[in-house]
Amino acid sequence: MFQNIFGIHEQALLLHGQRMSVLATNMANADTPSYKARDIDFSAVLSHTDAAVLPMETTNAAHIQLSNDQMTAADLKYRNPYQASLDGNTVEMPVEQAAFSETNVRYQASLQFINNTISELTLAINGQ
Amino acid sequence: MSLFNVFNVSGSALNAETIRLNTTASNLANAESVNGDSTKIYRARHPVFQTMMDTSDPFAEEQNAAAGVRVLGVVESTAPPLQRYAPENPLANKDGYVFTSNVNSIEEMTNMISANRSFATNIDAINTARDLLLKTISMGH
Repeated sequence: MFQNIFGIHEQALLLHGQRMSVLATNMANADTPSYKARDIDFSAVLSHTDAAVLPMETTNAAHIQLSNDQMTAADLKYRNPYQASLDGNTVEMPVEQAAFSETNVRYQASLQFINNTISELTLAINGQ
Repeated sequence: MSLFNVFNVSGSALNAETIRLNTTASNLANAESVNGDSTKIYRARHPVFQTMMDTSDPFAEEQNAAAGVRVLGVVESTAPPLQRYAPENPLANKDGYVFTSNVNSIEEMTNMISANRSFATNIDAINTARDLLLKTISMGH
């Protein structure tokens, strides 16, 4: 009954956190020569971490449970810079800051949705 | 790679930018120092930044997962020193010349502004991550 009550927001929160980490790495390396800025394609990752996808059944202890709530290395892409620096660095600070702000808002939105769900459930449980 | 990682990554950047500011301060302080021997002058020092790779990261096997920045070393500028005729200077060589350090003050000032901006950006990233984590902790309240 209480499976997946938070819907997509549970995965979204995790992914937004991971994306912020990637963006923070870009900003930390804004002055590092030859560093290539990276980012994750959010919708692409979310589509394969979708909770609606049925997990593989494991009937034996030796079976490997496929974890589908993790971002894989293939999801970490290199950013196409508008104009790369002469030292080979592709971090563009305004782009990173904008993406960081956007992720910040999206994270808070997902958090708010989860909080609202909890409030509704508390209301239903208390019945008043 | 989670939100907690932001503290490590941005923290390493703060450290690197502090070293950069320190070398800038050292360069500006010694900008006017002179010597009669051109091989003994103060030479401008600049840090070399390098991306740190996180070996504990699960992505590390397939692609190098970046995790912060570190200062690989500090290199000295090879720019030629300025030669100035100052026979009254006790450090002057036998021809009456002194050599000033090869610090370019304008370059140092722009470097300082860049380091300042980067420092502020990383502080903001840490503050944002902290705010989000605090909100996450109080989830459901």
